[in-house]
Amino acid sequence: MQTIARKPVTAPMDAEVPATQAPRSKAAVLTLPVPRRPAASGRLARAVRDIATVTLPPLLTLAILVAVWEMLCSTPGASLPAPSAIIENSWQLIVDPFFDSGGTNKGLFWHLLASLQRVALGYTIAVVVGVALGTLVGQSVWAMRGLDPLFQVLRTVPPLAWLPLSLAAFRDGQPSAIFVIFITSVWPIIINTAVGIRNIPADYQNVARVLRLNAGEYFFKIMIPSAAPYIFTGLRIGIGLSWLAIVAAEMLIGGVGIGFFIWDAWNSSLISDIILALIYVGLIGFMLDRLVALLARGVTRGTANT
Amino acid sequence: MSHAYLSIEQVDKSFRRGGTTTEVLRKVSLEVDKGEYISIIGHSGCGKSTLLNIVAGLTDATSGAVLLDGKLVDQPGPDRAVVFQNHSLLPWLTVYENVQLAVNKVFGKTKSAGERHDWTMRNLELVQMQHALDKRPAEISGGMKQRVGIARALAMEPKVLLLDEPFGALDALTRAHLQDQVMQIHAELGNTVLMITHDVDEAVLLSDRIVMMTNGPAARIGEICEVPLPRPRQRIALVADPTYLECRSTVLRFLYERHRLVAAA
Repeated sequence: MQTIARKPVTAPMDAEVPATQAPRSKAAVLTLPVPRRPAASGRLARAVRDIATVTLPPLLTLAILVAVWEMLCSTPGASLPAPSAIIENSWQLIVDPFFDSGGTNKGLFWHLLASLQRVALGYTIAVVVGVALGTLVGQSVWAMRGLDPLFQVLRTVPPLAWLPLSLAAFRDGQPSAIFVIFITSVWPIIINTAVGIRNIPADYQNVARVLRLNAGEYFFKIMIPSAAPYIFTGLRIGIGLSWLAIVAAEMLIGGVGIGFFIWDAWNSSLISDIILALIYVGLIGFMLDRLVALLARGVTRGTANT
Repeated sequence: MSHAYLSIEQVDKSFRRGGTTTEVLRKVSLEVDKGEYISIIGHSGCGKSTLLNIVAGLTDATSGAVLLDGKLVDQPGPDRAVVFQNHSLLPWLTVYENVQLAVNKVFGKTKSAGERHDWTMRNLELVQMQHALDKRPAEISGGMKQRVGIARALAMEPKVLLLDEPFGALDALTRAHLQDQVMQIHAELGNTVLMITHDVDEAVLLSDRIVMMTNGPAARIGEICEVPLPRPRQRIALVADPTYLECRSTVLRFLYERHRLVAAA
């Protein structure tokens, strides 16, 4: 799990000793310098520096890449639009993500919202089913022997390959898309949960046995907290995969959604709109990942076994 | 049928893996009186931890039985609280919560919430850990963790306290400090204690009797050394005490002359 290295915000060690102690004249009354506390401004400067060390390098890289892109695509006859052209062409979409002209002619906000709703639903089902099945497989040797080979085969099926099957089963785009998200993100959750449950240290099990915890107490007080770091690894992989799957699935099922928006833009040769949508997709995917990571940090606080 | 408080009767233990059977313990019998402090000492791999686990109920004996207070031991339970070698605190719970988990489970029906809180606090005070209630195990030192582990075990009000090399992972100074604390708690509460150790000084200092085990496979009790030192015992005063030295050399001779570990692990 990656953590952002952050300097402790304690009083700075290098708070400079005021240089006014130098003797000015021998007879002068020694005025003790007022000890300077690490002023708010100093702390602010430090915070700014910390933020800068995190944000400056990627911003710089981005600036260089955009500049190169601009140069490469500014030539007449370039097949892809340059950044400046994108801003010009898609200005309406950039400045107003909230318009709604009915049908599928909506602002990007509405498309993203529709996609996120599908992901939320499919992913939630995947979390519940995944943790439950993972617990079963991690707990019971027979369940593992019976189910694990099946999981290993099914998890390699690409998300989109499920779509025709789910369309046939549900006869509707909406549940099919949700099913595809579910089936894509459930495997890493199952597998990681199972590994986490299987890796519960024997010591904790012994503690539970000495205390005679019953099944429910064992599940909530030992199993879930102990496996939490593994479970969250699965959840994080799962949210990434489900965001991958939704864009692809929506391209095929149509309706409101960022995937269909991209497909629609392609059919109308609006390459600028596609690129704009991709930027949004990337940013949202990043935010989803961060959200789960943040949640994991909060929940698994102190779970590291030392 | 004996009338000892804790009696280990003709316990055999063998592990079967594949076609081969390894005999770990053979015909181990031991009787412990109430309030007695017993150490079990032996080279590593002699099955002393297995014996403790059998008493704890965490491992089943192949044959033979363990009786505690007239009742057959057939499963783990809080009347035989274990202090594990590596503390085994739950890292996601605070110091207080770790002890509280045990208190709530054992006294959930017999004590009110207020009484349970007081009991949790009392046990943490006993090991002088009341200053770190809200710390998590990762935030306290190894010695402190072990103290919390002891508090958790004591809080179950066990009939017999099982210590599995409780100070093995600690540095010498911390270990001495904890030994003194355990001695004091033992004097105060009069617990029956069964302790696994491989430290001769620790065994002599703390125990009423030292059970010396032969090397495995098929380990048995080789000798039992009485330690007739009066309590309370002072670590410093004992250094030159003839009884202390005699007990010490008895154990050392047993371990390093007659039952030397040939294939050093």
